[in-house]
Amino acid sequence: MGEKKEKETGIGLDLGLFDLLRNFEEIELEDVEIELGDLELHFQPGAVVAPPKVLAPPKLKPTTILEADFVPPVEQYPGRIGEVQLGATKSEGGSRGKTVVIGGATSPAFYMFERPPPHPPVVTLDVFDTKVPLPKAIRMHVQEVMEDPAEWAKLAVEKFGAEMVTVHLVSTDPLIKDTSPADASKTIEEVLQAVDVPIIVGGCGDPKKDALLFKKIAEVAEGERVVLSSVTLDMANAGVLADVAKAAKDHGHIVLAFTALDLNQARELNRRLYEFLPKDRVLMDLTTAALGYGLEYSFTIFERARLAALMGDPELQHPVLSGTTNAWAAREAWLKMGPEWEPRELRGPIWETVTALSLLLAGVDLFMMMHPAAVRTLNEVIKQLMSTGKARPEKIANWVTAKM
Amino acid sequence: MSERELKKGIKELSPIDVYMLLPRTNCKECGEANCMAFATKLVNREVTIEQCPPLLEKKYEKEYKKLREMMAPAVKEVTVGTGDHAVKIGGKLVMYRHEFTYHNPTPIAIEVTDEMPEEKLLHKVKKVEDFSYEYIGRDVNLDMIAIRSTSNDPAIFKSVVEKVAKATKLPLVLCTFDPNVMEAGIVAIKDRKPLIYAATKDNWRDMAELALMYNCPLTIFAPNNLKLLKSLAKTMREYGIEDLVLDPGTFADDGMADTINNFTMIRRSACRRGDELLGFPLMGTPVTAWIGEEAPKEVLAWREAYIASMLISRYADILIMHSLDGWVQLPNLVWRFNIYTDPRKPVAVESGLKTFGKPDENSPVMLTTNYALTYFTVEADIKSSGADCYLIVVDTGGISVESSIAGRLLTAETAAEAVKESGVDQKVKHRHLIIPGLAARLSGELEDLTGWHVMVGTRDSSGIPGFLKEKWPPKED
Repeated sequence: MGEKKEKETGIGLDLGLFDLLRNFEEIELEDVEIELGDLELHFQPGAVVAPPKVLAPPKLKPTTILEADFVPPVEQYPGRIGEVQLGATKSEGGSRGKTVVIGGATSPAFYMFERPPPHPPVVTLDVFDTKVPLPKAIRMHVQEVMEDPAEWAKLAVEKFGAEMVTVHLVSTDPLIKDTSPADASKTIEEVLQAVDVPIIVGGCGDPKKDALLFKKIAEVAEGERVVLSSVTLDMANAGVLADVAKAAKDHGHIVLAFTALDLNQARELNRRLYEFLPKDRVLMDLTTAALGYGLEYSFTIFERARLAALMGDPELQHPVLSGTTNAWAAREAWLKMGPEWEPRELRGPIWETVTALSLLLAGVDLFMMMHPAAVRTLNEVIKQLMSTGKARPEKIANWVTAKM
Repeated sequence: MSERELKKGIKELSPIDVYMLLPRTNCKECGEANCMAFATKLVNREVTIEQCPPLLEKKYEKEYKKLREMMAPAVKEVTVGTGDHAVKIGGKLVMYRHEFTYHNPTPIAIEVTDEMPEEKLLHKVKKVEDFSYEYIGRDVNLDMIAIRSTSNDPAIFKSVVEKVAKATKLPLVLCTFDPNVMEAGIVAIKDRKPLIYAATKDNWRDMAELALMYNCPLTIFAPNNLKLLKSLAKTMREYGIEDLVLDPGTFADDGMADTINNFTMIRRSACRRGDELLGFPLMGTPVTAWIGEEAPKEVLAWREAYIASMLISRYADILIMHSLDGWVQLPNLVWRFNIYTDPRKPVAVESGLKTFGKPDENSPVMLTTNYALTYFTVEADIKSSGADCYLIVVDTGGISVESSIAGRLLTAETAAEAVKESGVDQKVKHRHLIIPGLAARLSGELEDLTGWHVMVGTRDSSGIPGFLKEKWPPKED
């Protein structure tokens, strides 16, 4: 121990010496050149060199900046996230003008120094098939189209720049209007006519009703690679999961596997789906809780899922979706509060924005969103995060004295 | 590469390693049953080394030093301010939240300048002090004041620093790149241990002298230049300064990718590569969203708000911000609160009887668990239904309905006990109890134990409105 220690100190000092000589005051070496190579000659391999006493840790103040190396801490991972194509063009058997590919990550979210993601995350805008209670901040933007899902979808694409739309068939809920699968599928046909972006079809959450609905939609939207949102373990328990998975496979669609903040359940549901579907037909939704109402659980579950997938867990290597609109479940997003918290018109959309951005950094690939300002911000941030090298230090170098 | 290899940078301590360095006399002075129990708590960061009095004796000097090294976090903890009003920043043990709790929630400093009219200045300081929001039964607040010298005049800066220090006990950040101005500011509040902002490649020697002379923590500012940032950290350490804060620059629009990249690379270097020179707290400055661009105030505040939230997620240990608007700060204060909770411990809410609206003797009685997420979801769904009702919150140790049934924390016995303790039988005439759909299997036994008629509700609380509409009031038997 003693010998080894001395040796380390000796060598440590010899390398440190060069820096010390070069950069410290009170040791002045004029007209003397010392190369690192010269020094190394004195210390032969294996030789134990007692450090010269005079060079014992000097408490001298540096006179120039002591250089340190910085190497980006890049790592390799055995796993990668699969890619999933949403929507299909005419030549692919559908009728979409545009398709979207998500996934393919080989690093945690936006570790641009390591490996940029092959596909940027995407936002899909919510459309409802019936009048639903919406916060004022959102309602004001969609008031005109609230009874017309096809027009609503058009507005989302043409005015709000949506790359995808989600049609929530909430009216199919037995507790609401109990719209039949046949009638609901007409809505989907209209939306597919109205816009040429890929679509997600949302059910009502009742496993049996959704199974009937999804089977019908799968047929009607043959080949379109729509996303059926969502399939659950409840469907498995009700004995209808296989039907939906088979319909998705037979008619060329994607399923969104929804579980509630539990990676073991997510794995289990995926295993059941693998019996019927190839992996590139499955997306995962691990549950999004609103900021202030459990967002940290969502953040951590998405982050854990992404890291586990990169570490090689084959059952979690799917692109992930967040139902970010849930942010509006937080009363801080819509409630009238004291004057110091106004205006609500900003508080609401920033609530949705912060919910989305937190999950963007946890690895989410696809965001279901609602407020146009939140959507626009997310799209801008994604664009920014994809392009490194644009920082101009001079812009902020004097922020301390800047007028604001 | 296995997960274990990737994690090798984390201080993965075993209680045995720690135990071997303790006195092992089982003296109980720390309040634990024995040294092994104390070692286990040390590893879980539930106690500090200094709570073992014998360890502080001369004869254990070596062990004490070694333990301190062993327990040192990957990111150094730096204290700004003094006494009760000090704030600790950094002290992070891990990179990812699920690995271990994040320590020291990111304090937010609000900036003022030495050229603000006095009335405005004191008004803003007061607003920072008074800023408060009650969230899950706790107050969330702003934390610090950052004073910028825009005058670049030592005398002006000194007088404003004095004024602010007199007006508030909050910890202070002094911001100027001019060492003369900085010294004037520090001298005004020598006993307050402010954070110096900042040393740069141009002024580092003078700033280092000030940090040493007045024993203040020092920020290093090297925008988008990690090699320089690290070199300056090395230089400052050689200078004898241990309490450093690193600012790699915050670019709120162009350069945002570099900002997130830099924060991430620094934190990974500290946590995974054991890079001591980068193992210091990180400062983010969302305030920079306000410079260099003509845009409406709301647009800049909006940008400041969201870049702040991204930096809270990505490793900022302290932030300087400009806007005091409630809508800007509230999402950030809530997000900070959330992300700094213990990921292993589900947040629990208080158990007992809650009332919604104005319930009377005919109102429904429902039951759920005290897992915060469950509770708040149920609460939101009840409120959106507009129902007047009672909700019995069972203490399941902060576990959800499904998990607490599986773990036998929510049983017919514990539910029956909660019904009894709630005293709800004094408040309603009927004897109908609505339980979560996921707890259906408890219904028979629960009826036997309570004598109440149990109604099985929906599996998800979003079904509460529909359920009440259809099934309440219950039909006469």
